[in-house]
Amino acid sequence: MSIAFKPEETFRGDYSYRNSDAAILRFPFPFPEDKYMYSVNIEPHVRSGPSDVFLRPFDVDEHYIAECRDRAITLERDPGRCQVLPHMMLAQWDTLELLMENLSADYPEHFSLVKEGDDFGSRWTWTNRPLGIEQSFIFGDAATLPCEPFEYITRQAQGDFAICDQRDDNLYMDAGMVTSQADWSLEFDVGMSFMEWHGPVPLAHQTGVFERALKYLLMLRLGQPVRRLNWTMTINPRLDTSPESFPEWGTDRASVTPDNAGRKVHLRVELQTLWRLPRSNAILFPIRCYLASLDDLARVPKWGARLHRVLSTLPPQLVEYKGLTRYLPAALEWLARHDDGRELPVGTEAGVSTLG
Amino acid sequence: MIGDTLLLQVAAVTDIAPGLRHLRLVAADGGKLPPAAAGAHVQFVLEGAARTWRNAYSLVSRPGARDAWEIIVRRVPTSRGGSAFIHEQIKVGDRLVAGWPGNLFAPVRIARHHLMIAGGIGITPFLSYLAEFGFTGAGHALHVCCREGEKDVFGPWLGNSPAVAFHWDADGHRLDIPALLASQPAGTHLYVCGPAAMNDEVMAAAAAAGWPASHVHCEHFGSALSGGDPFRAFLARSGIEVDVAEDESLLDAIERAGVAAPCLCRGGACGVCVTPLLEGEAEHRDHFLSAEERAAGRLIMPCVSRARAGRLVLDL
Repeated sequence: MSIAFKPEETFRGDYSYRNSDAAILRFPFPFPEDKYMYSVNIEPHVRSGPSDVFLRPFDVDEHYIAECRDRAITLERDPGRCQVLPHMMLAQWDTLELLMENLSADYPEHFSLVKEGDDFGSRWTWTNRPLGIEQSFIFGDAATLPCEPFEYITRQAQGDFAICDQRDDNLYMDAGMVTSQADWSLEFDVGMSFMEWHGPVPLAHQTGVFERALKYLLMLRLGQPVRRLNWTMTINPRLDTSPESFPEWGTDRASVTPDNAGRKVHLRVELQTLWRLPRSNAILFPIRCYLASLDDLARVPKWGARLHRVLSTLPPQLVEYKGLTRYLPAALEWLARHDDGRELPVGTEAGVSTLG
Repeated sequence: MIGDTLLLQVAAVTDIAPGLRHLRLVAADGGKLPPAAAGAHVQFVLEGAARTWRNAYSLVSRPGARDAWEIIVRRVPTSRGGSAFIHEQIKVGDRLVAGWPGNLFAPVRIARHHLMIAGGIGITPFLSYLAEFGFTGAGHALHVCCREGEKDVFGPWLGNSPAVAFHWDADGHRLDIPALLASQPAGTHLYVCGPAAMNDEVMAAAAAAGWPASHVHCEHFGSALSGGDPFRAFLARSGIEVDVAEDESLLDAIERAGVAAPCLCRGGACGVCVTPLLEGEAEHRDHFLSAEERAAGRLIMPCVSRARAGRLVLDL
């Protein structure tokens, strides 16, 4: 399939990022009902769903080139956004293989992988046409790549990636490429166990969500990836909302008014998938980020109205945890104009095939 | 790399020793198999004339192999029949349904050193460990306890590795487990796979020597005794009464009755088949339920556990 990339758009500075109509219609809107609360909302990551973003295990869209460039800028300024503990080398190769195999199979116009064999020691040739890369290397020999295999392949992928090592009936975040995160720090979390890195999440601990999720993930099967959606909001279409760069974006929260909220306030949806890796037995956790402004979302009448209702009824602890406190009233005032109070059908589908 | 089951074809059958059969399996469609990790196992559906077995075996092929998988099956005299089926019925060209690889016994890669102790056919998961450590360069040692005559059987997998030592039941050749454990460097992880009595002995020796539980790993599955006295079970939600014969597991009987029960390891280790027990007293043989859960008597693992007396009623 051909994708019309937008290589010049930016996620900082002049924030020239924009969604095409097609990108808005395929946005993975996360709210099936008018109220939101945490749940263990995990389902099999099959090649289907209410949005086109689910059609391929690793979705590539019109923002691919621009997102890869934004990642490179962030890494140039802060190389610590990519960290891999030394015992994770097998998991690095697992990740490279998984991404190269899926991207080349699902987007043959844009990516290709030629293998002389499947085992470690075989020569592989990888071609990434959108980024203009051709690389021949020995699978299993990190010295034949320009950087370690996990960094190499995740520099060429949209979304953040963490790898969890499984041992002692627990998961440890022992590797990550994190440049488009919703205000969490890999530098802080690297090496932590599942319960440690989920410590700050409010309300969910009391209901046992994390105990159940951990037990479930420890049994995750090879060949049966799962997915969930998570969400927050971001001012301006900015990927790098990290604690490390907070001085650059934190004050933007004070810039929102009922008049500019449609342009400034973005719903940030993470398509999180979980994959058992074959050689390392680790779990790969890709966090694919989609951004849409309130302007974008309100062009789908169901979504504009539903977002108004979800945000109006969000528990105060979640408002605080997601960092919405400062600008939520302005966003709600803007969204209220798009909610006529009619009953909305259950489900996340847009319900329209063209935009008004 | 998404899938659930695979159709395999037997490419080669080799009897490598009396009672030990080696199978080489390829994808029936000629395609590639999913890669698997050191310590991985695969569950095979064995379609006999009168009944079906689902047995899990460790892969002894090199980790990451996609051209073929290999297993070694010991014929177990007291088995439920699956190993006998493989020894008597399987021939080149036969097709088998198999699940994707699972792994309940992966090496711990933060270990400073890997110490492996195998009893007999319990060597199989360590054959893939050796291949991984050979590639990564991780420090390791394998001690194999077997009959003297069996020590050359695994030569093709072991080469002349100085990290492998054999022990057998004769003066001067027995494994001194406490002495071995006492001589290990700090940061060593211990792995044991063998008959239940040997596993217990090694685990007890490690505990007595002060090893932290997080550094001691035991592959139970496959070693659990699954037969016993026949009994009856009633599946309350399905409304079906099943007879569990002496040579089959409760899970086998449930599946034979046409009820799909979730399962993975079929050896009482993984916890996937845990089922609410509404009535009856279970004889727990699993390694998953806690002492408190066993005492409460509300859960059972039908892959290995049976009725202590009388009839069981399951919420299934």
